[in-house]
Amino acid sequence: MQSSARLRSSTLDRSLQKTKGDANLSTFALLFSEMVQYSQNRVDNINDLQSRLADFGKHVGIRVLDLFFYRAGKDKREVRLTPMLVFIQKVFWKFLFNREADNLEQHAQEVNVFSFYLDYLIERECLVNKFISVPNDKGNLNCASFVAGIVESVLCSSGFTCKVVAHQGTRGTTYVINFDKTVMERESRLDSK
Amino acid sequence: MKSYYFSGYNIGVRLIDDFLARNPTVGRCNDFRETADILSKQGFKTYLGIAPSITNWSPAGDEFSLLLDGNPLTEFVELPEGPGQKLSYNQIICGAIRGALEMVQLEVECRFVQDQLKGDNTTELRVKFLKKLVDALPVGED
Repeated sequence: MQSSARLRSSTLDRSLQKTKGDANLSTFALLFSEMVQYSQNRVDNINDLQSRLADFGKHVGIRVLDLFFYRAGKDKREVRLTPMLVFIQKVFWKFLFNREADNLEQHAQEVNVFSFYLDYLIERECLVNKFISVPNDKGNLNCASFVAGIVESVLCSSGFTCKVVAHQGTRGTTYVINFDKTVMERESRLDSK
Repeated sequence: MKSYYFSGYNIGVRLIDDFLARNPTVGRCNDFRETADILSKQGFKTYLGIAPSITNWSPAGDEFSLLLDGNPLTEFVELPEGPGQKLSYNQIICGAIRGALEMVQLEVECRFVQDQLKGDNTTELRVKFLKKLVDALPVGED
């Protein structure tokens, strides 16, 4: 049993370096469409569908971040909030989609005593939504929840606990990032140093 | 496993349109060998970025093998221990081939005989010609 297990060449024996060109867009779009249909057959409402897609994304995000650091050979990681978000908008988006995300905005909100920030990551034309037309009866469905899941798990596993939700707005897809209180407290502590 | 196959089938049914639109020079195939050639050198090449080699033709010329050298779909895949070892992860490719060829009136059977994920040395896909479909209208057009 043991020796046969050792003989087997596993995925861990292969090189992590990128060998082939980019994935074909049609292949990706069709596979993604199957993912959406698979999920849709197993839920009764839009919110569940979106959270299922986000769950798929979370599995991707946590792995793809590791892969990024291996491939890029970067030995620096961001510990402050704004540089981290800029990193996602510019570098990481380029790694995933071969282009930068269009915009990054910060909106301050006051709730009770705490003032906290909602960060918006905005993308005019989202790759996963390129071939998706949302039917009228599914109003606010946004399949970019998958990407929101990726962003959420990348941020969470980098120590920035947060919730990310994808919204369809007039300016394209907006990822609303809502950071945990502990993250904001840490930021203000670091700011005051 | 069935679910993978049907996902693949759905993909194939739609993929063939995309394929014919991109490759206007591809016409009707004269024989199954030509089909195999286009499948490997153009189909696989476009959509998965690999060109499997065609071998092991049956004497009657109605069945061949595709040897996949590296497969982008399984790049980071490891089958879990236990019952998961039985999973045919690549089944989606079989479904896609069947779906795509069915849309051009060729009924084929497609299965994996060797799979690198299961510890075989190579990944071998067997495609068998069953029959030509005649007067098969696309779904929903009857």
